[in-house]
Amino acid sequence: MKEIRPAILMLILFTVICGGIYPAVVTGVAYALFPNQAKGSFITDDKKHEIGSSLIGQPFSDAKYFWGRPSASTDFGYNPMGSGGSNSGPTNPDFLKAVGDRVKALRDTGVTGGIPADLVEASASGLDPHITPESAALQVARVAKVRKIGEDEIRKVVAAHTEGRQLGFLGEPRVNVLELNLALDAHK
Amino acid sequence: MNSYEWLETILFFVVLLALVKPLGAFMAKVYQGERTFLSPVLVPCENLVYRLCGVKRDEEMGWQRYAWAMVLFNLVLFAALFAMLMLQHLLPLNPQKVPAFGWQLALNTAISFVTNTNWQAYSGETAASYFTQMVGLAVHNFVSAATGMAVVIALIRGFARRRTSLLGNFWVDMTRGTLYILLPISVVGALFLVSQGVIQNFGDYKTVPLVQAVTYDKPKLDAKGNALKDAKGNPVTESVTAKEVTIPMGPVASQEVIKELGTNGGGFFNANSAHPFENPTPLSHYFEILLILLIPGALTYTFGVMVGNTRQGWALLGVMLFIALLSFGVLQGVEASGNPLLAKLGVQGANLEGKELRFSLPGTNLFEVATTGTSCGAVTAMHDSLTPLGGMIPLSLILLGEVVFGGVGSGLYTMLAFAVIAVFVSGLMIGRTPEYLGKKIEVREMWMSMVTILAAGVVVLITSGIAMITPAAVSSMSNPGAHGLSQVLYAFASMANNNGSAFAGLNANVDFFNLLGSLAMTVGRYLPAVAVLAMAGSLAGKKYVPPSLGTLPTDKAPFAIWLTLVILIVGALTFFPALALGPIVEHLTMLGGN
Repeated sequence: MKEIRPAILMLILFTVICGGIYPAVVTGVAYALFPNQAKGSFITDDKKHEIGSSLIGQPFSDAKYFWGRPSASTDFGYNPMGSGGSNSGPTNPDFLKAVGDRVKALRDTGVTGGIPADLVEASASGLDPHITPESAALQVARVAKVRKIGEDEIRKVVAAHTEGRQLGFLGEPRVNVLELNLALDAHK
Repeated sequence: MNSYEWLETILFFVVLLALVKPLGAFMAKVYQGERTFLSPVLVPCENLVYRLCGVKRDEEMGWQRYAWAMVLFNLVLFAALFAMLMLQHLLPLNPQKVPAFGWQLALNTAISFVTNTNWQAYSGETAASYFTQMVGLAVHNFVSAATGMAVVIALIRGFARRRTSLLGNFWVDMTRGTLYILLPISVVGALFLVSQGVIQNFGDYKTVPLVQAVTYDKPKLDAKGNALKDAKGNPVTESVTAKEVTIPMGPVASQEVIKELGTNGGGFFNANSAHPFENPTPLSHYFEILLILLIPGALTYTFGVMVGNTRQGWALLGVMLFIALLSFGVLQGVEASGNPLLAKLGVQGANLEGKELRFSLPGTNLFEVATTGTSCGAVTAMHDSLTPLGGMIPLSLILLGEVVFGGVGSGLYTMLAFAVIAVFVSGLMIGRTPEYLGKKIEVREMWMSMVTILAAGVVVLITSGIAMITPAAVSSMSNPGAHGLSQVLYAFASMANNNGSAFAGLNANVDFFNLLGSLAMTVGRYLPAVAVLAMAGSLAGKKYVPPSLGTLPTDKAPFAIWLTLVILIVGALTFFPALALGPIVEHLTMLGGN
């Protein structure tokens, strides 16, 4: 049993090193170098109140807002306390019906032609803040009509909130729905 | 794939392969006790650890003692974590006042993190305190990874040494792996992740207003917290309007980096690496894939250095790379073509259910190949929602024994067991005594290799079989039909192979999965690890046989191809019937339009 002493002491030592010193050092340096990111990339209003995180999407269903992706988070869509996907299999009848209903809801707003998959299929986190530029373009006419603003005007705001590929080649171009809707509400 | 997608995919592999040699050579130096650029800072720390723990750094161990130290250490780790989870409500750093774990869930979770599995039947944001995450779970991410690396280093020494019974000192190998390799990369990596937007703080959860309030049906609960049901058995709900939401916080980056680097995979949040706070940008996404594959890839070079022929390591890396690219190609093909049942409804494009938009499709697929080819199990897409053949790829990579780069340490030792079997079978074919790296492969080595490779597979088939005849398990399936079988098969494959990813629709937090899963994780981790150490002990005692004309060269392409075939054939023979009943049936159903 001569190994029992190192077994217990190593546990204690590595708990101190990896569970205490290491996260404390990382937190300290992170706060010094990237304070905004370390705290959650929050968006603030004029009075410096936090009104949302640019990384965490919010639910939108009103016609005057751009709609984000469907969300399968617990209780309600885009609930940050219940992140997760639908975990529906591709042949699950309930899933196929849900997608059919979402397609119909879009058709009811006058959308014709093919529907981009991101607008009717739920994200993995349930908090995905983005949609594709194609999905945003489909909604421009609806939002313009409700807000009584010209479509070109709306397109400009969409373009201003469209991110390109990171470093020019990584990932996909995407539109941040929360930032876009906040900008529309602030628009004149 | 468009040109951007080709570019990011190719560039990723270029970066990964460019890092294999420098990191592999560095790790060889660390485990052989040579000076490295970190020595001036870390040697005093290392010596302090040995002094405090009463470890004599030059005292080497035979295989039994090495294995005993490993098992005993893991027992102590388990006991400490189990106690911490049961006492969570009494411990500090718990701003959300989360209660203690129940004993079944605590047992499952403690075994899960000690065995490098990180199967999670709980949801991080609601069930685990900052103390549990940081002082409990994250520490196990380090030491379970260092344990796996120590075991493979002992096996490599078994091949490299001659006529000795000594394999090194477990405590020294464990300490060096953590201090020199895991910690420095974690510090730098965590800061990089914060720069991309991964959070790192100890603040209270934040409440923010919603731009548009949402109304939803909330299930009513009785006084005991159970859901109320009406006369027909449907849940009773009340309409609730949410005007604000609570956003969870925590020391995420420091845990995120070791979760990938140590191929652990336990997410801080329920959505794991798909959560924007764990993985906010395409660059953080590729960085996390790199972290998963970095050490397993580089260990092949460490192996080459320590056995005195780096081409032996490149041959194994070639096999891993080939199976990884093959799997990636199939996954990319089927996921890009989308779900034909949705195409009928007018939906265009790839299958995006359970995927995040900020990661490209090839990026997402690469992550899923990396996480299941190793024992990581972190996810950026929900595997349950992959197309049937798409979902079969991660499942198959786990069932093959996680040798496609593989878990830190465990991947390479399983791959070396496959190599021993490949050498033996080819030796039988040409009628020669099989040798690998100058060591004769005899009965004992064959036994231990078979145990290493088949332990997890036997556990998967038996436990999945038991589940199929257990009503409690069947009622946990969230998808009907063939997909339900895939969910259960995936669950036990994941636990027995210490992966930790899931077809997550399965309601795994029931006694059946918590308890039988604990057993599967324990057997799947320690039986192979001890068998590997036994094989190392036997190999170290043998004399070196110089290569002759009749020796099969194991550092050349023909052997690599042969090894690939052996891996694929063993996997197919073991699991094809089960796969045919799950994903393959579902694929045919989907094509049939039902």
